[in-house]
Amino acid sequence: MSILIDADTTFIVQGITGREAVNLTRECLDYGNGARIVGGVTPGRLGREVHGVPVFDTVAQAVEHHGGPIDGSVVTVPPAFTRDAVFEALENGIKLVVIVTERIPRRDVAAMVELAALRGARIIGPNCLGIIVPDVIKMGGIGGPAKNAAQAYTAGPIGVISRSGGMTTEMSSTLSAAGLGQSAAVSIGGDAIIGSSYAELMPLFAADPHTQGIVIYTEPGGRMEAELAAWVLEREESERLPIVAFMAGRFMDEMPGMSFGHAGTIVEGKEDTASEKIARLAHAGIQVAERIEDIPEMIGSQIGVQIAARASAGNGGTGTR
Amino acid sequence: MRFFEYEARELVRRAGIPVTDYGFTTDAEEAGEIAARIDGPTVIKSQVLSGGRMKAGGVRFADNPEEAVAHAREILTLEINGHMPRGVLVDPRAEVAQEYYAGVVWDGTRKQPVIIFSPVGGIDIEQVAEEQPEKVGRRHFSNILPFSDFVAKEAIAASGVSGPALNKLVPIVSRLARMFVENDMVLAEINPLGRLADGSFVALDAHMDMENEARPRHEKLLGELGVGKDETRQAREPTPFELAGEQIDASDHRGVAGNVTEFDGNLGLVIGAGGGSLTLFDAVRAHGGRPANYCEIGGNPSVAKACGLTKLVLSKPGVDKIAVMMSIVSNTRVDIVARGVIKACLELDHDPAEKIAIFRIPGAWEEEGFKILERYGVEYADRSVSLNEAARRAVEKIQGTGGAAASRQSEARA
Repeated sequence: MSILIDADTTFIVQGITGREAVNLTRECLDYGNGARIVGGVTPGRLGREVHGVPVFDTVAQAVEHHGGPIDGSVVTVPPAFTRDAVFEALENGIKLVVIVTERIPRRDVAAMVELAALRGARIIGPNCLGIIVPDVIKMGGIGGPAKNAAQAYTAGPIGVISRSGGMTTEMSSTLSAAGLGQSAAVSIGGDAIIGSSYAELMPLFAADPHTQGIVIYTEPGGRMEAELAAWVLEREESERLPIVAFMAGRFMDEMPGMSFGHAGTIVEGKEDTASEKIARLAHAGIQVAERIEDIPEMIGSQIGVQIAARASAGNGGTGTR
Repeated sequence: MRFFEYEARELVRRAGIPVTDYGFTTDAEEAGEIAARIDGPTVIKSQVLSGGRMKAGGVRFADNPEEAVAHAREILTLEINGHMPRGVLVDPRAEVAQEYYAGVVWDGTRKQPVIIFSPVGGIDIEQVAEEQPEKVGRRHFSNILPFSDFVAKEAIAASGVSGPALNKLVPIVSRLARMFVENDMVLAEINPLGRLADGSFVALDAHMDMENEARPRHEKLLGELGVGKDETRQAREPTPFELAGEQIDASDHRGVAGNVTEFDGNLGLVIGAGGGSLTLFDAVRAHGGRPANYCEIGGNPSVAKACGLTKLVLSKPGVDKIAVMMSIVSNTRVDIVARGVIKACLELDHDPAEKIAIFRIPGAWEEEGFKILERYGVEYADRSVSLNEAARRAVEKIQGTGGAAASRQSEARA
């Protein structure tokens, strides 16, 4: 039915009184079955409420108030405080941490990921929009307000993984329009070091009986696509799902040393380039789409779903419409 | 953020690693004084943030102070790959028995820093790894545990180095690793690390790169090194157009109009967000379009910010039309961006319907946005028009609807 989260997942929002976090809380409470946000944390704001969610000074207070372990946390505190906030979540038994914050130095991210591994926990992000299980729950700002998220995401057999938060929605919307819903969509973040890569999420989707195929959004920079290609090559066909990839930022191959799009997107060596990644993915049998509108047919044909012909002209207009 | 060699060497020195008795100067006469103090043969090295220094004539050897002055004078006016030097480094020519390599970088897959060590230095480590893999030692290390010297010892030993050299190298490589962590480096490399005739080691060149995101943590250090707060140290220097883009972004804290980058085409781009911009820029080029710029808007920019950026792009010489396109937005408001781009056209006395080739931003507040666009006769598209199709329409408009553009597209698809 999904990976990582479902209708029963409980979570807190760390930094809940920030402007972005207040909106995110509203969105998650409104979407699908309504997220079970059991508390928020902002030091010094004990006793307040955000959209009916009680605010605590510490994660420990939230856990005590809940009366048992809490599954997850969405972390939206400023970059200088993120490491401490994530450590606090992990040391209080939280097993799934979604880090929204951007511009966290790698040293801090690596420390959080290392502690998470020691505690048997998982990190999604940083610099991400979180996870959505269409019609059921979203954890993070992914898809925006409930109304907008419902317009783009529909339930179905495709798992979506993306280094870009916005493109998670763009690709899912394209799939939905073609009649291909999503089992779960994960915005994994655009930084050089992130908690969960494509290869690390693949086994979760493969173990989910409802997911039949995977669509990923990729970019130049880093070795994550090479890691995925190696993961696929090491496995029998029965252990993995068909994958279609889209590669953005092909123009960056001509501009080494420049960073566009996301912090992790920079061509530093030959292995980082879009063309090299496309070659590696293709070598592993992963189809790489030239255009996003081609994705539904490509993944549909691999999982035996016929896609209705796309309308050639879309909607829109001018003043004379 | 990359450091110049003279700064990188200072970082190495501060870490407690022996360096040569070098000097840095921006003045040719002073280069002679440094050479006189060194009292022996020297190397004069251009201080630029670019590779290929040696090939371009930016590294020269001097036997006496007079030669040092002459070389420094030439190097100080020598442009290398579009970069003027910051100054010259005057370095004693050391009698080196053997050149080693020591570096620390991030491994994004393992999510840990890794020490790389080799007794084969002075050349590119990737070449050594390919040709003599048994002579490259690697050791990842924790970001939670305090750094312990045995980690460096394991990296050195794994490269086949033993004996007195190993014992002398352990503290040097340990200090390099600690410096890497403490200063939030993404690269800390000493190459070559020279072993002198007496068995001691000295750093002969260094490359250091600090993570941009961590710069605020190291203001004191950067100040002491003389690194300006507004120095971007990008692969190429920002153009006046790009600096104007940064000013527009900084003038208003609401939203982002970032990464404004100049290209030489005729189609101005007001595009976003991160991944959307990458996708759209590729799509415009795939259809034979020539972008005048790259940019990333997002995070709900104000009318003023959208307007300011659009005016900048419209005012760029050679720009005939603009395309306003984003992937589906959830927190950026479509109507606010629409108002901003139309305001920019009107303030520059342009007809929005003529200047805006297409407006494709679906998502939050789109009905309100599309109403505004209709009022001014601007062509717009919702989410049923793909990013690729929107880019194609924009390119078709700017090239005229003639057969040339159409046939190019069918070729591109074939």
